Amino acid sequence: MSFVSVGFRTLFYKEMLRFWKVATQTIAAPILTAMLYLLIFGHVLEGRVEVYPGVSYTAFLIPGLVMMSVLQNAFANSSSSLIQSKITGNLVFILLPPLSHWEILLAYVSASVVRGLVVGAGVFAITAWFAHLSFAAPLWIIVFAVFGAAILGTLGVIAGIWADKFDQLAAFQNFLIMPATFLAGVFYSIHSLPGFWQAVSHFNPFFYMIDGFRHGFFGQSDISPWTSLAIVSAFFAVLAAIAINLLQRGYKLRH
Amino acid sequence: MTAIQINSVEKSYKGFKALKGVSLSIEQGEFFGLLGPNGAGKTTLISTIAGLIRPDVGSVKIHGHDVVTDFRNARKNLGVVPQELVFDPFFTVRETLRLQSGYYGIKNNDGWIDEIMHNLDLTNKADVNMRALSGGMKRRVLVAQALVHKPPVIVLDEPTAGVDVELRQTLWKFISRLNREGHTVVLTTHYLEEAEAMCQRVAMLKLGEVVALDSMQGLLRRVSGSQLIVHLKEGALPEGLRPLVSHDENENGKGNRYSLRINAPGEVEAILARLRESGAVVDEMQLQQADLEDIFLQIMGDAKAGKGAL
Repeated sequence: MSFVSVGFRTLFYKEMLRFWKVATQTIAAPILTAMLYLLIFGHVLEGRVEVYPGVSYTAFLIPGLVMMSVLQNAFANSSSSLIQSKITGNLVFILLPPLSHWEILLAYVSASVVRGLVVGAGVFAITAWFAHLSFAAPLWIIVFAVFGAAILGTLGVIAGIWADKFDQLAAFQNFLIMPATFLAGVFYSIHSLPGFWQAVSHFNPFFYMIDGFRHGFFGQSDISPWTSLAIVSAFFAVLAAIAINLLQRGYKLRH
Repeated sequence: MTAIQINSVEKSYKGFKALKGVSLSIEQGEFFGLLGPNGAGKTTLISTIAGLIRPDVGSVKIHGHDVVTDFRNARKNLGVVPQELVFDPFFTVRETLRLQSGYYGIKNNDGWIDEIMHNLDLTNKADVNMRALSGGMKRRVLVAQALVHKPPVIVLDEPTAGVDVELRQTLWKFISRLNREGHTVVLTTHYLEEAEAMCQRVAMLKLGEVVALDSMQGLLRRVSGSQLIVHLKEGALPEGLRPLVSHDENENGKGNRYSLRINAPGEVEAILARLRESGAVVDEMQLQQADLEDIFLQIMGDAKAGKGAL
């Protein structure tokens, strides 16, 4: 089986076309939301908080917002596509052809990564005007952005397969993805938290994605980017294994 | 060559047995009908063939490829028109067909896509979004989607349900052409006249079991003779003629009207004589050859009465 088979490429292209056709909702809207976060939090907290020496709060906030947008949009892409297809019944067009489980997973996840990165790049392009940002280790930026988007894209596939209704998916997003993202250090360093909550944060995989991503900008982070990479890689492997298992079993797809 | 081999397939949903050991063999090039009342298990069987449902017991092979263990090769050989009118609202007709081609590993398929659209009268809708199409047009796109990869086996699950005469004619003309060119066609329909006109062989399903499997001629021979339909102006049907009644059309509110099964035209005079003797007056009379509907009703009735299947 080839990962670049025509089947995979077509499904990947279809997923890209799907979000591109509604770009106002899938790209422009999240960029505007991130912009509003920056204006409000940056205005209120600028000059009052210094997380890293010599780094302004707005500069600290921007990578967090970029990564939050990457993660949330990667999740939204695969999960919303799958649940819509399940509910409207057109998922049958994916289930009838000879697409392998890997082709399906990779196509959905790859399109999620693209959407996450496009939105992230858009957020960065707009917000970068508000602070001076350095690129201490650009490779880490790319690695954590791609890994983070792939993880959330995979989580979106799992949620899309599991959910039978839109409100179940909304619950997954509101009670799991959103809190995990917000409590991962988008707006703060976990060193500013009490000891107990610092410890709790270390069980949140989203924290490692954002912390590693931020390291790429400032060359400093709460923990080593190598540690973050190891944890993020392991998390991705576990999620990919779960997603492939669900697809192989036809869980809630093939009865 | 066997196009579809179904071996002792069983499927249950929460204790309800939708398929009870169905076995069928459909040969390459056949036009095969799968008939049965609602809830007979037709769609469950088709979904099993398509790999959308996994059997609890038994196996299905398409051109020798198991639909579960060798699903990629099995699906390459199969095109399915689903019963539900589903579509992807993001795309135009042409985009939909190009994407479907790609899922089957086919690039640059526009030549065949154009031909399918032409044959299904979709050409002038090629760049129209799926949402903007009427139900009949959406149905045509579903058929086109099933054909983009030129599958040797085509399964149509009630393709003409709720569509107009024009589409039916267009569809059957195209499907007949594909069948003549060697494609195997499996059809489920509630329009028995369609099945009678198109199918060479028929399986009838009832409550998850095959209750009849025969060629169309073989089935038609089973109901020997014809139907004599009489509408009585006066009097009643004599008790002696009651055993010949195949349809008591009074149940349909059509008045004093009966369909009587006869084996030879010579029996008509004897029946009329019995009616005259009983004082009944015939208002209208019609002699009809037995058709698939008679057979269907008879077989389903027999199956209901537990008279055995074959």
